[in-house]
Amino acid sequence: MSSTTQWLAVRKPLPPKQTALLTIASFLLPLLVWCFVSYVPFIWHPKIEVTEPGGVTWFKKGMLVDRELFSDQAMLAAEDNRAAPKGDRANPVYLPAPHEVATAFYSAFTTEPKRKSEKWLHESLWHSITVIFWGFVLSSLIGIPLGILCGTYAAVSRLNEPFIEFFRYLPAPAFGALAVAILGIHDGPKIAIIFIGTFFQQVLIVSNTTRKLDVALLEAALTLGAKKINLLFRVVVPGILPELYRDQRILLGWAWTYLIVAELIGTSSGITWFITQQARYKNFDNVFAAIIMIGVIGIATDLLLAALGKRLFPWEKHQGNS
Amino acid sequence: MNSMELPSYLDQADPVRERFDRLKQREIILEVKDLNKKFDTSQGQVTALKDINFKTHRREFVCVIGPSGCGKSTLIRTLAGLESPSSGEVLLDGKPVFEPGPDRGMVFQGYTLFPWLTVKKNVMFGLEMHGHSRATAEGEAMEWIELVGLSQFADSYPHQLSGGMKQRVAIARALANKPRILLMDEPFGALDAQTRGKMQANLLEIWRNIDITILFITHDLDEAIYLADRILVLKAHPGEVNELIEVSVPRPRTVEQFISAEFLATKQRLEELIHPPSEEDESLPMHMVRMAKVGDDVEPVE
Repeated sequence: MSSTTQWLAVRKPLPPKQTALLTIASFLLPLLVWCFVSYVPFIWHPKIEVTEPGGVTWFKKGMLVDRELFSDQAMLAAEDNRAAPKGDRANPVYLPAPHEVATAFYSAFTTEPKRKSEKWLHESLWHSITVIFWGFVLSSLIGIPLGILCGTYAAVSRLNEPFIEFFRYLPAPAFGALAVAILGIHDGPKIAIIFIGTFFQQVLIVSNTTRKLDVALLEAALTLGAKKINLLFRVVVPGILPELYRDQRILLGWAWTYLIVAELIGTSSGITWFITQQARYKNFDNVFAAIIMIGVIGIATDLLLAALGKRLFPWEKHQGNS
Repeated sequence: MNSMELPSYLDQADPVRERFDRLKQREIILEVKDLNKKFDTSQGQVTALKDINFKTHRREFVCVIGPSGCGKSTLIRTLAGLESPSSGEVLLDGKPVFEPGPDRGMVFQGYTLFPWLTVKKNVMFGLEMHGHSRATAEGEAMEWIELVGLSQFADSYPHQLSGGMKQRVAIARALANKPRILLMDEPFGALDAQTRGKMQANLLEIWRNIDITILFITHDLDEAIYLADRILVLKAHPGEVNELIEVSVPRPRTVEQFISAEFLATKQRLEELIHPPSEEDESLPMHMVRMAKVGDDVEPVE
């Protein structure tokens, strides 16, 4: 009874020990499922990896065939008195085992590109990060000031928000061809896609955050003699800063989700180029590793920014996370 | 309480009457003339304030009380310039008021300290808006913080302070601008009874020692009598002046006066004005029936 109430208390924070335990478990559980599917031969494993072709002429060592096909061929071989083929149950090539992906994390960085002109993995990753960076920074440079103005002045809001509200429903990738036509085939259109994907949401989110600032603070400032520009820069901006910072963290996550589409536009580049290239060579361990790397970079930046936020805004009450 | 023994709330001892005579000779700081305020709502037009007229003299302490919904807050917000009147005018030193300004300091019921600024920077805010240099502003701010006894918290952020401390900073922040009048909108309403009592005494102490006129909104009768020279009693729907009472309790005020004859007489009068026996209350009687199993063994049933 008491243990249930502790674990499932409605809207009560968990003790730190349980919190840590569950955080680890949230990563361990999917990994455990993956391990089961990969290492327990009787779970799934729809293929047979041929170890000895036996009397089946077109079987080759290391070949992956469907289980049904293998048993048919084995039966035919037995009827014809040919040697029976041998094989082990295996998963399809697109599901590498955890240990293979783990090794790929290292080997993908050390494997030389097939062609001289191609990039190493770390170069591809860095290229992706710069594309995100510029898309996000350009969007923020215009989006944050515009959002704050929309949230502060009804006139600015009326002039901008209806159109932005409409535009944000247009999927950013739809502008791919247009962006290439205008900006060429290199990084320009990619940055543009990330910009389009981020900017319109950003203006709306920032204006909303600005509106949430307690009006009483503005009124207090007015009675203290603050006017116009001071009201904006001495009250509105500092007042929303911590919340704005949290918005930026969420928006940065969105920017990442536009990365893959953006990098497919024009000449494929960055981590996306690496992923498509490796998939073509059927190096799915590398594909998995690259996808996981995106997640790791994303969550690492977010944790870093969260930690930085606590130092930047000492007036915030630090309770809970975020 | 035997109301027969109480004097009239209008009776004033000689020193009290002389004090009021002197007070009325003083210059007028704030004058409200035929003030009306109407709001347009979905249910049509609502009159929040109707034909309000009153004057406050220099260094006078005026409390405004009234039942909820009588437009107390609307009144003080209009005086501050945060709302504009539908008709009539508000004069400060004879000049009409159109917008908020530092000549009318305001202390709100909610905590409106800027959370991103330390106590010192909060108090410096108005001074810097006035164009004081950083150094002058800092010096003056520290004097005001000292005055409200929070020197050791000068570098703390508001979230590190108790409710009472926050309001003390808010008072210091408003006073630092050297306003002509200090407008206080139920400033101690959110505090616990003990803290409120201390804050009231502190406020009287501040008021006695500096040249400031105070207009103070409250719904607490004791608070109003304890603090005020005169009490402006409003009635609701629409918000109109019911009576302007001169408090006959002599100064300096002490907590012991809460049971003095003058205090009780004034309080009784306020009760009559604010809680008149209404039909509404009587049409909704309670139906208390002694539950059979409750407490017969604890206390005999009458």
